[in-house]
Amino acid sequence: MTEEAKSAYWQGFRDGAPFFLVVTPFALLFGVVATESGLSVIEALSFSVVVIAGAAQFTALQLLLDNAPVFVALASALAVNLRMAMYSASLTPHLGRAPMWQRALIAYFLVDQSYACSIIAYERHRDWTVPEKVAYFFGVITPICPMWYAMTLLGALIGNAIPPEFGLDFAVPITFIALIAPMLRTGAHRAAALASVVLALGFAWMPFNLGLMVAALGAMMVGAQVEVVLRRRGLWVDP
Amino acid sequence: MIDKTDLWIIIIGLGIGSFGLRFVFLGLVGERPMPEWVLRHLRYTAVAVLPAIVTPLAIWPNATGGQPDPARLAAAIVTLAVGYFTKNVLLAIGSGAATLVGGLFLLG
Repeated sequence: MTEEAKSAYWQGFRDGAPFFLVVTPFALLFGVVATESGLSVIEALSFSVVVIAGAAQFTALQLLLDNAPVFVALASALAVNLRMAMYSASLTPHLGRAPMWQRALIAYFLVDQSYACSIIAYERHRDWTVPEKVAYFFGVITPICPMWYAMTLLGALIGNAIPPEFGLDFAVPITFIALIAPMLRTGAHRAAALASVVLALGFAWMPFNLGLMVAALGAMMVGAQVEVVLRRRGLWVDP
Repeated sequence: MIDKTDLWIIIIGLGIGSFGLRFVFLGLVGERPMPEWVLRHLRYTAVAVLPAIVTPLAIWPNATGGQPDPARLAAAIVTLAVGYFTKNVLLAIGSGAATLVGGLFLLG
């Protein structure tokens, strides 16, 4: 690495370090919930290493526990991860000219935190070269992603030691609500979430958890439509 | 009980699918822009999917055999309120967990 790239790497490392505090409890919780659901330590760890996306992992696990068909669990978890495609599109102007193997590694490590840090840094340092931008990205994930694996492992190892009276069945709902609440920044987001709730209850009678698919698609359309209306009336503020 | 074959199909399928979503533009599409209507729908995926998963779990919890439960409902409402007003995910989880444990203790 050049001196400039090294400096960008360490800047990324410093920007990523605080997320240690966010990632640690989530990964621990996933490990605990996974073993409580009957997964072995190896299975829980494989989940985190192969998928490396918290909300999608919790979604898949919850739906498997509810005996949803595999394709519903898979489609729902992938829907939760659709935002990753947006991140990928958004970083492409900055990283699209890096070597293929680097882009593949970046894609694997593309998570909420590495995206958020990188896009802010790239906007601020418009003079950075592609190698500096790549070095920054890997700096950000250094304190985050290994933690994701290690804390999942720790959670899985201690999971069986936590007694059922603690209401751990409700850890996933609480985690999801806590993730959703700060996302309700615009009228369109609030309308989409409300539509999602109403449709999920209204279509709960459908077999194979298909009500979830109906609710998710309907709510996406509601969100997009409300955004169009707000823009037309000049009331849209970028979140 | 989770079927082990299902589990591994999910782990591997979700791994491949998630990598695909992350790689699609960086690796394959390059700098061509996505149509605006696609981006507009993608913006709402998280708030469209997650509430639909959570709502039935909060109202008809598995642990009580599907009967609405005051401690779990209270925990859900507290988590939502704290998360919405503070935008702090960990604080919201902490408040919700405290409400749940307190509620289960008080209400048995």
